[in-house]
Order: sequence, then structure tokens, then C-alpha cells
Amino acid sequence: MSLTARHLEENGIPTVVLGSARDIVEQCAVPRFLFTDFPLGNPCGAPYDRTMQRQVAEMALVLLESAAFPRTTVQTPFHWPTDQWRQRFMEVDESHAAELREAGEIRRAQQAAQRAREAAARA
Amino acid sequence: MSGQPDPARRIFVSYIDKSRDYYEAQGYGNPYRWAYNTAAPFTPLPKPLADSRVGIVTTASLIDDNDPGPEPFSMPRVVYSAPVDPPPASLYTMHRSWDKEATHTDDLGSFFPLQVMRDFAIEGRIAGVSARFYGVPTQYSQRQTIASDAPEILRLCREDGVDVALLVAL
Repeated sequence: MSLTARHLEENGIPTVVLGSARDIVEQCAVPRFLFTDFPLGNPCGAPYDRTMQRQVAEMALVLLESAAFPRTTVQTPFHWPTDQWRQRFMEVDESHAAELREAGEIRRAQQAAQRAREAAARA
Repeated sequence: MSGQPDPARRIFVSYIDKSRDYYEAQGYGNPYRWAYNTAAPFTPLPKPLADSRVGIVTTASLIDDNDPGPEPFSMPRVVYSAPVDPPPASLYTMHRSWDKEATHTDDLGSFFPLQVMRDFAIEGRIAGVSARFYGVPTQYSQRQTIASDAPEILRLCREDGVDVALLVAL
């Protein structure tokens, strides 16, 4: 997504990226980034909170209007009600190492099947 | 862990670190190398937003009512566009790596700002929303994103007279 924003911007279309994965977007380097420090999935505001969603959207527009330099990040003022998600998302520890290895085996099998389907479709 | 953030450490989550450790624990070698740039392009707003047409780009996918449901890894890895009128009732997100334990994507407005932008258009905050919105796959291959997906999004945006773009990443 960040690479697409860069391409649009290079070709004369101003962009703003709305997202919650701050390190990924900032490492790619985008012109304007509106960061909401939420679990991944709701970068436009909490579900069913129309007031917040409107505030986030308005901030995106103001960022478009006001940024003077590329790589401008603005953080919205909203907080998720809890913080456990910060640790729990993609958590890795010894207690579920075997479970993760098994999930990896299943995922690799699915990926191999997908590659086979795509190869068959090309043939 | 009490669940309280520890200010002795960085508070915001590093998804680069998390995903690297997670996939290593799943038995994958060669960690993914995220896009890294030391500078970004910049185009100042050429005209007021009240005169600008807004395009919306999403990483969510269209739901095919005739499709019994996608299998993992079976979603098409292609750019798409779809009309904003009528607006989609919902979009498919389960193939994307968002936090399915902490939240949900049942409310379109939480990740796809079409309705709010249409409201802004009625109020004159923006000139309007482009006739279509645009879907971009989150490619594993940055080369493919740069060589084909991003140029295709640009082509669609130009075709629809998009003046400014909102890109929303799940």
C-alpha cells in the first residue's frame, strides 16, 4: 500500500495513507501518514463509532491540506480500550512453540497447493 | 503482563519485529525484507479539497456472492476497481493479516471511509468521490507492486479524474 502511495505521488496525485502499522509504513517512507494506534484492522476508527470515524477522516483531509514536507506522520488522538493486544498479536513464546511450528506446516502445505493450482492454471 | 503499556519500552507495536519472529517460529527461513526508503516523493495539493475528487484505495477484496467462500491463499492477487454507487455492503478482509483476536471488520466504516467521504462531498468539504474505488493486493513481491500493481492503480485513478487519494491499509 505504501509503495502504491509513493507511485501515485511521484505521478502528481497527492496521497495520504491511513494505517496502524507505523513501522512498516514509515520504513517504506510515504508522503503523508495518518497513524491510529489501534490493533490492525480499524485504521478509520473503532467499529460503529461514527463520530470517531468522521474525526479520523477529517484529520486525513487536514493532513492533505497542511503537510509541507514528505514523511509527515500525524497520530490520531484515540486509544484502544485495552493494551493486551500489543503483546498478544503474533505472540511467540515457548508455551506455544509447537503449535506455531504445526501452523507453519499447515500454511506451507496450503501455499504449495496454491502454487500448484496457479501452475496448473497457467499450463 | 498486566496489559498496561511499559514506558520503559517502545509503546507502539513493531510489526516488522513481530512478523519476523512469528514466521521464524513457524519454521520459515529468510525473513521478509520490508520496503525501505530514505526519502519520499511529495506533491503539494494542487487545488482546494472543495474542488478535489477523492479516490479511495483499499487492501480489502470484493465479496463474490456466487463464490462459496475463498480458501486460504486462493484470493486473486490482482488490482480491481468497483463502483461506489451503490456502495459495497461489505468487503472481504479475512485474507489480510489484521488482529482477528482483538477486533473485527464487521463495520465497513472502520476500514473503508466511503460513507464519510460521501457525507463530506454533500457538505462541500470535498468536490466528490471518484466513480470507482480501487483494490490493491498486498503483494509479497515489492517488485510486482512497483512494476504492475501501482501503475495500474495510477491508470485507474487518472481514468476517473482522481485529484487526491486516500489509501487505507488493513
